[in-house]
Amino acid sequence: MIVFDKVEKWYGSFHALKDVCETVAAGEVVVVCGPSGSGKSTLIRTVNRLEPIQGGRIAIDGRDIHGPSIDVNELRSHIGFVFQQFNLFPHLSVARNVMLAPMRVHRMPEKAAREAALALLDKVGLAHKADEFPPRLSGGQQQRVAIARALAMKPPVMLFDEPTSALDPELVGEVLTVMKQLAAEGMTMVCVTHEMGFAREVADRVIFMDAGAVLERAKPEDFFLRPQHPRATKFVSDIRHA
Amino acid sequence: MHLDFGAVLTPQYAHWILWGAATSAALFLSSWVLAFASAAVLVAIGSAPFRGARWAVAGFVAYHRNIPMLVQIFVWYFAVPQLLPEPLTRWVNSHNSEFIFAMIALFLNAAAYMSEDMRSGLRALPPAQMEAGRALGLSYLQTMRDVLLPQAVRAALPALVNQSLSLFKATSLAMAVGVAEMTYTSRQVENETYRTFETFAIASLFYVTLSFAIMALGAWADRRNLRAAGH
Repeated sequence: MIVFDKVEKWYGSFHALKDVCETVAAGEVVVVCGPSGSGKSTLIRTVNRLEPIQGGRIAIDGRDIHGPSIDVNELRSHIGFVFQQFNLFPHLSVARNVMLAPMRVHRMPEKAAREAALALLDKVGLAHKADEFPPRLSGGQQQRVAIARALAMKPPVMLFDEPTSALDPELVGEVLTVMKQLAAEGMTMVCVTHEMGFAREVADRVIFMDAGAVLERAKPEDFFLRPQHPRATKFVSDIRHA
Repeated sequence: MHLDFGAVLTPQYAHWILWGAATSAALFLSSWVLAFASAAVLVAIGSAPFRGARWAVAGFVAYHRNIPMLVQIFVWYFAVPQLLPEPLTRWVNSHNSEFIFAMIALFLNAAAYMSEDMRSGLRALPPAQMEAGRALGLSYLQTMRDVLLPQAVRAALPALVNQSLSLFKATSLAMAVGVAEMTYTSRQVENETYRTFETFAIASLFYVTLSFAIMALGAWADRRNLRAAGH
């Protein structure tokens, strides 16, 4: 479904992604991990063109998404993206946050958009907060709203950029529960996360990155118990002792 | 000194004063609405990633901030009509051209100032707000309109209230091209009655009342924002 083919990314003279070749199949859940600055966030941000690439090719369902004929707004409307810092719209109610893109991009009538939003908020356990404003919600609640907001466009694929890293430890579980539920429903997911429990329970594959390159790809249990690459070994040992 | 408000509030003079008050209010409201909308458009253009657009907006702002308001009104009333085609000039002249040109000068000037306030409001927002809108598939303009500008306006609210007050007071300059607004009609009443204190006391009362109303509206909007933000 998503194919990375020799992807190269530079920030000026900094080589952020080096010859990344990877394939994510439909329905697959892939966890991307690695030390900070390894390029894992950059990698998923290239998939919806929040970051341009300088070499190689990224194809979704065979379409070269960095090609000139791609309508970037149309492309992004089919890719759900969840940010580390939630990035909800603080001036809009929770329901309006979820309704905005379907109403503007799909021209969905307000009533239908609200019904759909309430159904999604119910799914993430927050229907009762529909008319509250984001700043009044906890971090975990805000991230669940952000997931509902991304799901409102009915994307076939969801990208998560460290969705639990900004949360207090006791709020991580509620977000992971929603993500596990999505995985169980067959959503294609690429998640940048260090949550080992999540990776072991739902990921089909773990990709380990360091210094812009993919150094290892393995089944989660193999990766966390028997990492092969020396840097992966050090990384797994470091997060175990964190 | 003996004050006699009766002398300036005879039916005829009261009618002039009310006419002036209504004209001032109409001049303010029409130019405010146009200024606010134009300021939003200017910010959206000026923040776009094209150098030419930014320069055009910067030039517009520089012109309006650095030339006296009265000169700008004269340019619109005396100079611009000479550039218009003859039929259009005739049409404008038969449709209250003083009001129209004064309003254009006032709203363009206020738009320049308001766009600067909105721009600083915009800069106070986290850049991730734009990214969050774009990641959902909203276009640049949709994200500007629905996500960034509403927040920028809220952040810039105190400054925008100030600009609104300045614009309201600047409507009195329209008397220079013969718009029969409050200052103009007061001057007329004063000319006829020689009741200087009384007429300008009434004019001052009018300006101060509407200014307070503008401030009260601003304070109300601010309270509403704070409530929404969970304070």
